[in-house]
Amino acid sequence: MTERDGYNLRLYVAGQTPKSIAAIANLKKICDEHLPGRYEIEIIDLMKDPALAMRHQIVAIPTLIRQLPEPLKRIIGDLSNTEKVLVGLDIRPS
Amino acid sequence: MAGTARTKPGHLPSVGKSATGIRGLDEVTQGGLPQGRPSLLCGSAGCGKTLFAMTFLYNGVIEYNEPGVFLAFEERPADLIKNVGSLNYEIERLIAEKKLAIDHVEIERTKIAESGEYDLEGLFIRLGYAIDSIGAKRVVVDTIETLFSGLEDEQLLRSELRRLFEWLKSKGVTAIITAERGEGTLTRYGLEEYVADCVILLDNRVHDQLSTRRLRIIKYRGSAHGTNEYPFIIDEQGITVMPLTSTGLAHGASTERMPTGIPDLDQMLEGKGYFKGSSILVSGMAGSGKSTVAAHFAEATCAAGHRCIYFAMEESQQQIIRNMRSVGIDLQKWVDKKLLRFSARRPTLFGLETHLATMYRDVTDFEPAAVVIDPMSALLGAGATGDVHSMVLRLVDFLKARGVTALFTNLGVSSENVTTEIQISSLMDVWLLLYNRESNGEHNRQLYLLKSRGMAHSNQVREFILSSEGIKLRAAYVGPEGVLTGSARLAREAKDNAATLARAQDMERRSRELERKRRETAAQIEILQAQLASEEAEVDLLNREGSAREDQLAADRVAMGMSRHTGATPNKPGPKPTRKPKK
Repeated sequence: MTERDGYNLRLYVAGQTPKSIAAIANLKKICDEHLPGRYEIEIIDLMKDPALAMRHQIVAIPTLIRQLPEPLKRIIGDLSNTEKVLVGLDIRPS
Repeated sequence: MAGTARTKPGHLPSVGKSATGIRGLDEVTQGGLPQGRPSLLCGSAGCGKTLFAMTFLYNGVIEYNEPGVFLAFEERPADLIKNVGSLNYEIERLIAEKKLAIDHVEIERTKIAESGEYDLEGLFIRLGYAIDSIGAKRVVVDTIETLFSGLEDEQLLRSELRRLFEWLKSKGVTAIITAERGEGTLTRYGLEEYVADCVILLDNRVHDQLSTRRLRIIKYRGSAHGTNEYPFIIDEQGITVMPLTSTGLAHGASTERMPTGIPDLDQMLEGKGYFKGSSILVSGMAGSGKSTVAAHFAEATCAAGHRCIYFAMEESQQQIIRNMRSVGIDLQKWVDKKLLRFSARRPTLFGLETHLATMYRDVTDFEPAAVVIDPMSALLGAGATGDVHSMVLRLVDFLKARGVTALFTNLGVSSENVTTEIQISSLMDVWLLLYNRESNGEHNRQLYLLKSRGMAHSNQVREFILSSEGIKLRAAYVGPEGVLTGSARLAREAKDNAATLARAQDMERRSRELERKRRETAAQIEILQAQLASEEAEVDLLNREGSAREDQLAADRVAMGMSRHTGATPNKPGPKPTRKPKK
């Protein structure tokens, strides 16, 4: 994993809701498939740190933000549509 | 009552109310917005929704100590602060003091991809966090419909919005949700279906190139409210809604008096002046002295230590002050003492409602004892006649209810046209008619007190003279040739004076003549007496001479007899010694 093509992803959830659990599972699956070894996922539970919702402009839950590589990308939803996630994250299947 | 105004217990279920602090709105809503519930504020772009909402929050903090959260979807906090900053709202200070929080929600469709199901829990968390962090009691969501353009799933949005409003209710915050007006509907996305407690519509209509802002309460569950359209204004002092709620004629009637400022006119009104809180109409043609009557009243009010507002519709403050100086009224003095305030506005600048809302604002602000509206007729141009009548009616009611004595001047078309165009005379308690009659090549002013409710008043037409010491009223000359004024009166009076003088001179001449005759007669009597005396003296002298001669004759006869020795004796023994000569 290099600094240049490494993916830094943040997933914002709110507690253990079905959508949140599904989103985490879906994201891991996609990353394992398409970005093996090149990703880092940070899961932020807004229930525990609500101030971040405002700071990071979160409206919908779950929200996935691609911190790196730039530019910032946002995907909302439980990430069940893999195709849209791949397009949204700008990932070329390896 | 801290922060909230509750309705009086009555037949309607008592709904807690949260005062907005917006002048007039709390009267229209009879206390404010439903407490702890969301209200919908809708209107097209540029109606003042955001400002309304911000004022609601700001007043909540300043006046009712209720912190507030502003959730902005359209404007960034910096822009928001700048936009309301022109109204001197110190938003930044309140934010620093943690009394106010602004959260800007950025939603841009192009930057967001959607994949699968989601909800708006993030928004709830944000809002919840903001509310909890400052203990907010008031919330504004401006304008949540932006979400519809930012997110694809309309169905989901609708259910989430419904959930949001329910959630706001459960949080117990008083909220304003703003929404854009739609085609034929109150809001573009039908939000009125979700917010059912209170719906307020703002409107900005243009009529004859004059725009007028209006507010209407479409519904207010569980509370009585005014149902009319109420004009409102937005200016440097914020928002003012003109409530015009007075539907009954319940205002009290004072027996206190306010001097008119014209001693002669006071005399015509039982020597005391107008009733406090009454409405006075001064009508007349151009140049008949209406403004001067008004200025006298304003001055007298200030001189009594009361405040007065002079609403000037045709002249500027400086112009009025200068002009009134020429008749000996110094208004500047009272302006300096902050007892007199001018509010000079071109009538054509705003619509009528805006004018009245401004007047309402000024009156509630300055709390004057009297106002002057000079001239009211100027407002006619600012609205349709029917509107003017109802608006003036409401204004009069409003002023009466506050016990403010109001003097309206009205420019009549003809000097003796007693039907004022808008039939407002019946609303007036006192009606002064100023005539400007032409006769003998000159115009003369006359004043007539057409009516004055509730007091004995003079029925005399007076001549009205503008002097350097103000208005003087003279009893008009009433003689065999009718009522005379001006130089006709002067001429008539001069003629009368001349006749009187002539009569006096004649009398004097006659008495002098008589005196002369008396003296003449006395002199004659003296002469005659003198003549008589001298005649008597002469007669006496003659008498004495006569008797002396007789004595001499007798003596001579005796002597002659003795000398003849006739022995004859005289006829009488001797001369008459007892007979003495008369003096």
